[in-house]
Amino acid sequence: MADLSCSFLGIESPNPFWLASAPPTDKALNVYRAFEAGWGGAVWKTLGEDPPPVNVCSRYSAHKSSSGEVIGINNVELITDRPLSVNLSEIRQTKKDWPDRALIVSLMVPCEKKSWQDILKQVEDTGCDGVELNFGCPHGMPERGMGAAVGQVPEYIEMVTQWCKESTDLPVIVKLTPNITNITLSASAAKRAGADAVSLINTINSITGIDLDSMTALGAVGDKYTSGGYCGSAVKPIALNMVGQIGRHPETAGIPVSGIGGISNWHDAAEFIALGAGNVQVCTAAMLNGFKVISDLTDGLSQWMDSKGYKALNDFRGRALAGLTDWKYLDLNYKTVAHINQELCIQCGRCFAACEDTEHQAISVKPLSGEGWERRFEVQKEQCVGCNLCQITCPVNNCISMVRGNEGSEYLPWVRHPANPLTEKP
Amino acid sequence: MWVHMFGYFSASGMNEPDIKCERLAPSEYQKRFSDIKPAFNQNQALVESSRCLYCEAAPCVQACPTHINVPSFIHRINTNNIDGAAKTILEANIFGGSCARVCPTEILCEKACVRNFEPECQPIQIGRLQRYAIDNFSQEQYPFQRATPSGKKVAVVGAGPAGISCAHGLACMGHDVIIIDAGTKPGGLNEYGIAAYKLVDDYAQEEIEKITEIGGIEWKLNTHLGLDIQLDTLREQYDAVFLAIGLSDKRTLSLSGEESAGVKHAVDDIAELRRTENLSQISVGKRVVVIGGGNTAIDIACQIKRLGAETVVMVYRRSVECMSATWKEQKFALLNGVEIRTNCQPVAIQHDSGKVTGLLLDQTVGNSDSAERISIDADIIYRAIGQTMCCEHLALDKEIPEIQNGRITVDEQRRTTVKGVWAGGDCVDFGENLTVQAVQHGKEAAASIDRYLKTGG
Repeated sequence: MADLSCSFLGIESPNPFWLASAPPTDKALNVYRAFEAGWGGAVWKTLGEDPPPVNVCSRYSAHKSSSGEVIGINNVELITDRPLSVNLSEIRQTKKDWPDRALIVSLMVPCEKKSWQDILKQVEDTGCDGVELNFGCPHGMPERGMGAAVGQVPEYIEMVTQWCKESTDLPVIVKLTPNITNITLSASAAKRAGADAVSLINTINSITGIDLDSMTALGAVGDKYTSGGYCGSAVKPIALNMVGQIGRHPETAGIPVSGIGGISNWHDAAEFIALGAGNVQVCTAAMLNGFKVISDLTDGLSQWMDSKGYKALNDFRGRALAGLTDWKYLDLNYKTVAHINQELCIQCGRCFAACEDTEHQAISVKPLSGEGWERRFEVQKEQCVGCNLCQITCPVNNCISMVRGNEGSEYLPWVRHPANPLTEKP
Repeated sequence: MWVHMFGYFSASGMNEPDIKCERLAPSEYQKRFSDIKPAFNQNQALVESSRCLYCEAAPCVQACPTHINVPSFIHRINTNNIDGAAKTILEANIFGGSCARVCPTEILCEKACVRNFEPECQPIQIGRLQRYAIDNFSQEQYPFQRATPSGKKVAVVGAGPAGISCAHGLACMGHDVIIIDAGTKPGGLNEYGIAAYKLVDDYAQEEIEKITEIGGIEWKLNTHLGLDIQLDTLREQYDAVFLAIGLSDKRTLSLSGEESAGVKHAVDDIAELRRTENLSQISVGKRVVVIGGGNTAIDIACQIKRLGAETVVMVYRRSVECMSATWKEQKFALLNGVEIRTNCQPVAIQHDSGKVTGLLLDQTVGNSDSAERISIDADIIYRAIGQTMCCEHLALDKEIPEIQNGRITVDEQRRTTVKGVWAGGDCVDFGENLTVQAVQHGKEAAASIDRYLKTGG
């Protein structure tokens, strides 16, 4: 069996799955249940200064598929609404009872050096393994000058991170907001300030939907609503990109990353690690399935690693980063052509509709003689630009494959292409 | 009522037929005759509709005789536009509600569904989704309005799906219609020819009310063509005539003993089951034999079994592949405990003192020519071997539409050989005699009649 144990910033955990700082980690009771289920670690829900904030009702809303599957969740819950002392004593006891699990404490206090120094001192005393600076929360707290209000200004990230690094020996993880235009600027700021790691992504500003009867949003508080934070499987592609960009950018490459964002299964987790993440944090999958999902996350990851011959997480960590590049370096000579496996084709014509109406008219349809309604869809290779849309619309796995058209062609990126006016002519 | 026509009930002698009512506990009747395919709830409809692939030039649309735009109505259900879904259905098929319940979808739209292929091997439940859309249509009235009155009047003979579909089409186009029918209630086979658990809660009548709310449609019931009124007269009094007179003559076997008490026509009891207020008062044999291999045979066999018959045996003269009952209907019969015996040719009806006691059959095995003679004990024998058109409807007319092989000859527009006379439904159909096919005939005839009335030719 593959070894899932994980050392992130020297913080050991039996597996790379930590619960992210969020409602599931607000109390010892929840965290104990999670650890009993097998979670490798937890980032305690963000602590702030007393008096604690007051939360609204309701707090969540979902974007669902038509068959009812949750695609993403929006939330407007603030940081912990319990007194600081209660949380601190529960954290202390939890670490004592679960010494082999990673226990990180998420923090958010006003942008004053003293506030950060004070809370760090108290947190250090709990015996926790590290702190995570919450510069990402996009709802409520930014209105008070905290959370994403810090994370959206690289200078503030740098300043506060520096204060914290000066004030504690605990590992400092900076949690980044995706509600910015270029994640590498925020990550560089954290790195410059000496952050031990960044974690990302926090939630994305969202409104999940409008109730067309009441003309308020889903999850409204009475007749009013506010922009919340979006999470769940819908945000995974955005998170993967940000993790990948940090991993390949010269100024940020190498900083340890705790990957967060829509990790719903082992496969998602493996993808983050393949893009360089040192570990992963999960919330929505637990909220939707309960803590028991951890056994499927670890088992799936371990089975897959066995099948690939990976003995430890480091064996594949960052492996997918090598190919991530700028568009201008993509090979313009690389060609693929769609191929329809007629044995598997169920004749729905979705590929035809997509290609004929919106692409390159590269699929033909012919009725099959004497076979009732049966017809045959075929790719017209000369017209096919290898866009993948037919494959995407096809409801049958492996029915449409993209076949390499010109094996062994010469690598020709835009930077060397004759049509590029900036290409240096020989 | 026929129940009282026979003066005998369960008797003591060995060969005495055992026929009686109230074979079941009172509570059982409702249970056994409730809707066999219950309505989808919203969640089921959303999940099922999300399986639809929204095919290009969808095979299901081509497979539906009325060409309902199935992917579109399913997509509308899936996006919670139920009224839009219902309109899509009703515009193509005004009997969308009953067709959703009674269509043998397994040989129509659902047979064509591409989800039948691997990997799913399970078609979309189009019929149930169609019912969901129609049942949940939020408006009081069906979404049709009459065009400016044309001043033309059309007689429709037969108040079954073909006749009413034609009448509705004509009424929409502004013509006035009178529907003439021999029955006391409209509906035709939708009212009298469908197993009770397929169309519950008086749905056939409810639907007809909805359809005819459009106005311009007058009823003349209890009126027999050929007896109370002649086609000639109708042609004089109306601008056009549509004949949708169905197949009202019941076939017989020409076997010895066929006149014995207890030898019945399946369609009579299927109709009685629809008519009765109290299922427990229908008397049922203990041992029942049904002769025939179609859906009518299945309908009577299953209903009689559900009414408490101890054994119900369906006998069919040819192989199982030749049965016109669909595979789904056959499976349903087996699930109901009906025994199906194929390659059984009836030879004679056995009887005692004028009452049926059994059926004598020649049973062949495989392709062998030699037959084994067997007999099956029976208190009741049903004949479900099809109906033919009653030619007496038209016997007295001066000009009679051409009739070939027992069906009125029509062209692709449903025109008969007599000017101003159209025909549709089972009386022209050599196919499966499906409700949905009849609806399409009515639709096509209405369009043709409208052209005729507007252009005179």
